[in-house]
Amino acid sequence: MTSRRKSLNSGNPGAALVAAEAAFTRGLYAVAIFVVVLLTAILVTLLIGSRESLGTIGLGFLYGKTWDPVSSEFGALPFLVGTLLTSFLALGISLPFSIAIAVFLGEYFREGALSSFLRSAIDLLAGIPSVIYGFWGLFVLVPLVRSLQLKLGVPPFGVGILTSSLVLSIMIVPYSAALGREVIQLVPSDLKEAALSMGATRSEVIWKVVLPYARSGIFAGVLLSLGRALGETMAVTMVIGNSNFLPRGIFSPANTMASLIANEFAEATEPLYVSSLVEIGLLLFIVTTLVNIIGRQIIKRTAVEV
Amino acid sequence: MNSGNVLFRLVKDRLFGAGIILLSFGMLVPLFLILIYITRNGISAINWEFLVRLPKPVGEMGGGISNALVGTVILVGLASIFSIPLGIATGVFLSEYRKGRLAYVVRLCAEVLQGIPSIVIGIIAYSWIVISMGKFTALSGGVALGIMMLPVVVRTTEETLKLIPDSLREASLALGVPYYQTIVRVILPAALGGITTGILLSIARIAGETAPLLFTAFGNPFMETSILKPVNSLPLLIFNYATSPYQEWHTLAWGASFVLIVMVLVLNVLAKVVTARWKVKF
Repeated sequence: MTSRRKSLNSGNPGAALVAAEAAFTRGLYAVAIFVVVLLTAILVTLLIGSRESLGTIGLGFLYGKTWDPVSSEFGALPFLVGTLLTSFLALGISLPFSIAIAVFLGEYFREGALSSFLRSAIDLLAGIPSVIYGFWGLFVLVPLVRSLQLKLGVPPFGVGILTSSLVLSIMIVPYSAALGREVIQLVPSDLKEAALSMGATRSEVIWKVVLPYARSGIFAGVLLSLGRALGETMAVTMVIGNSNFLPRGIFSPANTMASLIANEFAEATEPLYVSSLVEIGLLLFIVTTLVNIIGRQIIKRTAVEV
Repeated sequence: MNSGNVLFRLVKDRLFGAGIILLSFGMLVPLFLILIYITRNGISAINWEFLVRLPKPVGEMGGGISNALVGTVILVGLASIFSIPLGIATGVFLSEYRKGRLAYVVRLCAEVLQGIPSIVIGIIAYSWIVISMGKFTALSGGVALGIMMLPVVVRTTEETLKLIPDSLREASLALGVPYYQTIVRVILPAALGGITTGILLSIARIAGETAPLLFTAFGNPFMETSILKPVNSLPLLIFNYATSPYQEWHTLAWGASFVLIVMVLVLNVLAKVVTARWKVKF
């Protein structure tokens, strides 16, 4: 491309043209560098914002069990546990559904009305704003969970980890299902035909050929779903019960890192308090970024476009 | 061969297929429950007054969401002004310098940006703008939404430009059109459909975002059109009213949810129409 441009310049020696072209290229570079600077600035802002809590509390922040702004005690363990519990529970609930959808769209019905109907529905599921999921969860799921808790004889909060995981599991299905479908479609048909010609049934082909072949791509989709679940804020904030104590089980109210920030950031005034909340944001940033980058690297290796 | 065994395998195969169909469509149950629930509760709240009035204080029935509608338009507008030119230019850069090291880094940065949880973007916009201006503003909310919108625009622009064949570019260059004009006048117009789709989808995504606005645009029970004042937005209004204990406010929130879902749906359908009508094909 450079040679092409050079020949163009030499064939057209107008200085204005050369200058305009140089300016255009410089502009493109400037914009591209701006994106890098933007991300760097975000990271630096989070680091500076959490400087005070990093310095004062140090590593104890990660395993401190008490979060009490009144006595200036800040330990993030309840929120780390809350985040991991809700996310992995949601992942577990959603996994059978998203793999089933991926197999359905990637293997059983690749085209046709049924498949495009399901695909539009899944797109719609991804498009519903999270605050609406939260609102619905608050008015529909919370009473349901509460009646379940009454039957089981546990304290009937209604809100809590299980409720958040249920809402989250609905929200994250589209992410792993879409990627799963693409990798399942990429499984070479001669592999499947070979298995079929040996007398394998369709379900055996799927279990023993398709799913193992598409394994890493499916895993990448699960990671992207996880990234989404870890950082999801509004829906969780509305149904998790906002308790700053270490959760005792899946029925207990809790807080995730994201919901804690949503609840307390606007009220925090004391510098150490604000700084601790920013440090939680920093942790969230690092964890979701790692999960996303690993997921995307796996996708690139399986050469699927998402 | 044992025929019972074959039968067993065939039955298992059928059961597996049925299970897949059951689970796939099982996922649609919550989707329809949500849509039906919102429509049933929301549609009764909707009328002309609802769209043009301000919310009423607690205890008074009626009232509308006009301030949230205007606020959402302002916030989305600000986000677009910030992210569309920047996003398209970055997309052009990525497709023009596809293999360079800087392109690799920029692509990675865009991916990381896309994965940042929205609440963290809120903290960033708060630290950059709210703290330095000393107040909550629509501007800070717009910037937060813009940061969320940017990576989507970058990616769709790049992906669309990838589809444009080199022959088009070569034809333009062969006619003596300078390189930058080739991009601006030939390549970008050819990619307009795909880029428009991307922009519509990214707007659908940010129009429903709440978390980055909690401590930037903040919300406002009154009509506000200045970008230097706090404004309300549909998702903020839904959040604030849904978590309130008042029945009348819940009604407002259901109505607002219905409006928001319809808005997101319309944007998605529009994006599909644009893709179908205006497809990049050569």
